Amino acid sequence: MLLLQVIVGGLLLGAIYALFSSGLTLIWGMMNFINFAHGEFVMLGMYVALLTVTYLGGGPVLFSLSAAVTLYGIGIIIYLTLIRHVMKGPMLAQILSTFGLALLLRYAAFWIFSANVVSLPQTTLSGIVDVGGILMPMSQLVAGVVAIVLTVGLHLLLTRTNIGSRLLAVAEDRNAAMLMGIRPDRMQALAWGLAAGSAGIAGALMAISYPFSPSVGETFGLTAFVAVTLGGFGSVPGALYAGLIIGLIQALSAYWLGAIYKDIVVYAMFAALLWLRPQGLMGKAS
Amino acid sequence: MSRNVKLGILGLAAILLLYPLLFSGAFALNVGSAVLLAAISASAWNIVGGYAGQISVGHGMFFGVGAYLPLLIYQITGLPPLAGVPVGIALSIILAIIIGLPAFRLRGHYFSMATIAVAELIRIFTGTWEYVGAAIGLQGPAVGRGWWDLTFRDETPYYYIFLGVLAVVLYVTYELQRSRFGSYLRAIKSDERAASSLGVSVRMTKLKALVLSAIFTSIAGSLYSIKTGFVDPESGFGILVSVQMVIIAALGGAGSLFGPLVGAIILVSLQTATNTWFGGGGSGLTYILYGGIIVLIARYEPGGLYEYWQRISPRLWRSRRAA
Repeated sequence: MLLLQVIVGGLLLGAIYALFSSGLTLIWGMMNFINFAHGEFVMLGMYVALLTVTYLGGGPVLFSLSAAVTLYGIGIIIYLTLIRHVMKGPMLAQILSTFGLALLLRYAAFWIFSANVVSLPQTTLSGIVDVGGILMPMSQLVAGVVAIVLTVGLHLLLTRTNIGSRLLAVAEDRNAAMLMGIRPDRMQALAWGLAAGSAGIAGALMAISYPFSPSVGETFGLTAFVAVTLGGFGSVPGALYAGLIIGLIQALSAYWLGAIYKDIVVYAMFAALLWLRPQGLMGKAS
Repeated sequence: MSRNVKLGILGLAAILLLYPLLFSGAFALNVGSAVLLAAISASAWNIVGGYAGQISVGHGMFFGVGAYLPLLIYQITGLPPLAGVPVGIALSIILAIIIGLPAFRLRGHYFSMATIAVAELIRIFTGTWEYVGAAIGLQGPAVGRGWWDLTFRDETPYYYIFLGVLAVVLYVTYELQRSRFGSYLRAIKSDERAASSLGVSVRMTKLKALVLSAIFTSIAGSLYSIKTGFVDPESGFGILVSVQMVIIAALGGAGSLFGPLVGAIILVSLQTATNTWFGGGGSGLTYILYGGIIVLIARYEPGGLYEYWQRISPRLWRSRRAA
């Protein structure tokens, strides 16, 4: 029974990994651009949630929305002021830009919020629920389910709506999309907003149950890399499966080997994946 | 090389050689050898990152292996740390091949992601492995048993050792630049597909560049740990070790011979200045500054100071001639 509980807990956390990884994979698929600051977006989402609770009060719904909206805005601003320009430059500029951004955001957070581990105050989502004998904290259950719903929602937005078609058209062929009357710049700004927004809300959802500090962004950024590689670049369903798998593997390795090994196992998996199947589980060979 | 460039290089060499005589204080010498060490590792990074255009953001793994092995050999066998240097180089070569072989099958950002993930894997793993000191790290001989332990109380010998190694790295890079191999690297950097259609073996060329780069980065790590007599996961494999190489090379000009040296002079001076102004607690501010500089370089001057200089210097000469 304890094992089953570990498995469910891992999948629920994995759902949140899936949510922020789908943002990273969206950017990658659309622009062939890797965002090294994606984990920092998750971290910022956590602190926006904390600031919202501290200064505005309100519950999980308010601070999750506030994290999503704030990060959506930050994503668009970063695209317009930085990414749009470095896209035209050499690859060194592309990698340096978000890498530098990651450092800037991480250490600015250290400076402003200090390195101390903090957590959100108790919310209405406290308490434990009993689902068929498996005991789960209410907050983790709700966060996991919301994350899955949002990830599936993002996938539906991309595949079933007009705006999604326009986003994918730009990803497919920028020039052809332009001839169809789509403005690539606007679509790419939207993609950055969606990516950062999903990272922000994922951060807020995790902040409900887990304590955090400015350094968490680094771990989440790498987790998202592994998820995107595992799921295949540009595939939101791939990121969903990969996120769930990573959550599960982390939970099981923490359970069997000890908590310090959970990240080692995931990174080792990434290294093995590089050797065996670099295009990911669901990706096509390039 | 034009006469002006030759004169510039001679002048720079003279300043570097005479620096310990001009500034004999321990602080100034410490800053001087820090500049040289940073220049060595950034120049090593430059071979694969600058010339081949394959951006590694995990070069700390080679630096760390180079830093750990001398002290590990000393702790286990009691041999002088110097004996660990070739072992570190050998391990770094193996590591470079393990990463390069699969990662260079794919183009683009793949290599960058692989390097950062493997570097983090090694850092976390080292921090839990008792045999190599876990989170506490390793220490070298407290008091030198002979000159071969390379533990000097004075900074001057380190300064000249570092300067000698830097000269070797720059000479190798210079020869590489002029060789056929160097043209292959430039071809790959500017257009991989075209290079491969002209018969350049892209994957092997990149791998060779990575191995060469790893060797010198490993040596830089060994020099660091032999001088400080101490290494832990953060100072060996930490992400900031990798970042520093990238930012220094990019600041001076990635893919130029002297770019990393110029970048090191500027960045280490800046770092020393901020640490002095803001005190020990200001290290966070140093990294905010790092991040800011990287973003600004990427946004406005991705070719670094080298390309900026190439652009403005003709105008300067012209105005001087006109005057």
